[in-house]
Amino acid sequence: MTAGALPIAVRGLVRRYGRLAALDGVDLDVAQGEFLTLLGPSGSGKTTLLMILAGFTRPDAGSIRFGGVEMVRTPPHKRNLGVVFQSYALFPHMDVAANVAFPLALRGVADAERVRRVQAALELVQLADLGGRRVDQLSGGQRQRVALARAIVFEPGILLMDEPLSALDKKLREQMQIELRHLHRRLGTTVIYVTHDQREALTLSDRIAVIDRGRVQQIDTPQRLYEAPANHFVADFIGDSAFLDVTVADGVARWRDQTITPARPVADGAYLLVLRSEKLMVGGNAPGLNTIDTPGLNTIDADVIEIVYQGDSVRIDARLAGGDVVTLRELARAGHAARWPSPGDRVRLALDPADTLLVPAPTVPVP
Amino acid sequence: MSEGLTTSDGLNAAGIRADARRERLALAGLTAPSFLILGTLLFIPVGWLFWLSAFGDNGFTLENYTRMVVEPAYALVFLTTFELSLLVTILAVLLGYPLSYMIALLPPRAASICLTLVLIPFWTALLVRTYAWLVLLQRHGVVNSLLMGWGVIDAPLPLVYNFTGTVIGMLHIMIPFLVLPLYANMRAIDRDYVRAAASLGASPAAAFWRVYLPLSMPGLTAGTVMVFVICLGFYITPQFLGGGRITTISMKIQQNVATYFDWGAASSLGVVLFAITMAVLWAVSRLASLRRLTEVGGS
Repeated sequence: MTAGALPIAVRGLVRRYGRLAALDGVDLDVAQGEFLTLLGPSGSGKTTLLMILAGFTRPDAGSIRFGGVEMVRTPPHKRNLGVVFQSYALFPHMDVAANVAFPLALRGVADAERVRRVQAALELVQLADLGGRRVDQLSGGQRQRVALARAIVFEPGILLMDEPLSALDKKLREQMQIELRHLHRRLGTTVIYVTHDQREALTLSDRIAVIDRGRVQQIDTPQRLYEAPANHFVADFIGDSAFLDVTVADGVARWRDQTITPARPVADGAYLLVLRSEKLMVGGNAPGLNTIDTPGLNTIDADVIEIVYQGDSVRIDARLAGGDVVTLRELARAGHAARWPSPGDRVRLALDPADTLLVPAPTVPVP
Repeated sequence: MSEGLTTSDGLNAAGIRADARRERLALAGLTAPSFLILGTLLFIPVGWLFWLSAFGDNGFTLENYTRMVVEPAYALVFLTTFELSLLVTILAVLLGYPLSYMIALLPPRAASICLTLVLIPFWTALLVRTYAWLVLLQRHGVVNSLLMGWGVIDAPLPLVYNFTGTVIGMLHIMIPFLVLPLYANMRAIDRDYVRAAASLGASPAAAFWRVYLPLSMPGLTAGTVMVFVICLGFYITPQFLGGGRITTISMKIQQNVATYFDWGAASSLGVVLFAITMAVLWAVSRLASLRRLTEVGGS
């Protein structure tokens, strides 16, 4: 549908609210046709960034270029962006077809052409028969699709989406995520997508920009972001992790007295060992527990505090020698049950060196 | 249904039905006083008014109504009343709409302060406000003195005891009636609607005409109708600020009663005013279907 997908270049974007910097010098490059997600906790600045890109909020300073053209002082109606709102913002005084036709009517598209394009857009979101419906007669998922159809019907080069799936229930949300992926592949539009849901970000994105305190913490592919987090915040925000203080001296990494083999060699200094719950393996000497005897694994002894059955998996909380509590997950599959320890058991946790991630210890304590 | 628990009714069915009945009775008991008051204080006097207008000393007569058609003085009274009401309504919309819009955009604290400022005159006695305008607008009043002091004008403007003064006074009194329903409506309009319109290519003007105005229509309609209908029956302000140059329907009613002791003539005017008001309400409810009035702004 769209041939004119545009690249985006953001430089030095600053937005202050009083003394607080909602955006503190953001640089961002999005390639033509790329699906980029802004991921961050609430108050991180990700929505402010999207609102500034759309032109609804003025930055204090910075540059925004769409396809090389400076846009920072262009009013929103001249930016030619598709925007999908969290609230959908479908006009309640118009039916579905009139909502989708709205941007075409403003652009003076002739009647016959308008009808054709509205129908094509509705077909694309699988609502071909609902053109005559009133907005309040639609379900949440249908509204979401209409909002999407309205945002793409005029073939904008860039599509901005502000937590568009957050109002949907889990099943529908996951289904819409897959549909959005397909749609993006068909349209080829450049997409900037805001969410606080890490799984949604991992599912949808070509690349993810993790935002915190008004800054881009890391921008990378989902896999790189998960497997090579740049700092403590990224490692903590994405995935379910515990952290152990590790010191590297003379090229040897140590937790307490124990030597750790990391995935990549690092310079001397203070680090945090990232213990992802699904990367940890459990073994032990209690009856019924298998031993972990593969040579070369990093192993740590722990006492099991609690074990919780959660359907697809079993969550095990265990305390390490220094008092740190770690969580690990075992798939709830036939045959695995024999490996589940009981509270009070002494177990040995093991971590493949390839999964042994170190991130620099934050210089300022993180709350 | 017969009393007592029968097994075919199901467990506790009779008791549950009794609870429901008690609840309905309690509700009816709570609303009965207002129905009673409305019935006695509204329908009986209005009915009596109808009767007075059509039954004189010699039984049924349409004399009071034919007089209104025949005598040109009455036509002028109706014309004046409508002209005044229409002008005040239009000006109230022109002034009140942007005011409501601004207040609706303010953060809640500032909005409630502004709303209070709009409402303060509302809580002041009508007569006091009308006399205040007299002080401001008269020949040697505050406004004329200031304007002459600044050299804007050479001679005092005729701001009161005429049509202009009446419009100014009524407008001031009517604005809260427009602002209140309009503000309530606008407050409920999600800002994302206007943002969405802009992102889809609507200039600020297009976004207003195509999106914001239609969404604020229920409040605007309610406010406009309220202002117009109250204007139709306005008495004190035109009486004091019109200086005898303005005669509205309600003033004519007062004249008929106080000066001519002609209750029949006064009643018939009241009936016509009542009919006109009903016609206005009916026309408006036809134009903007009542469904729409309750629907918009909620989502």
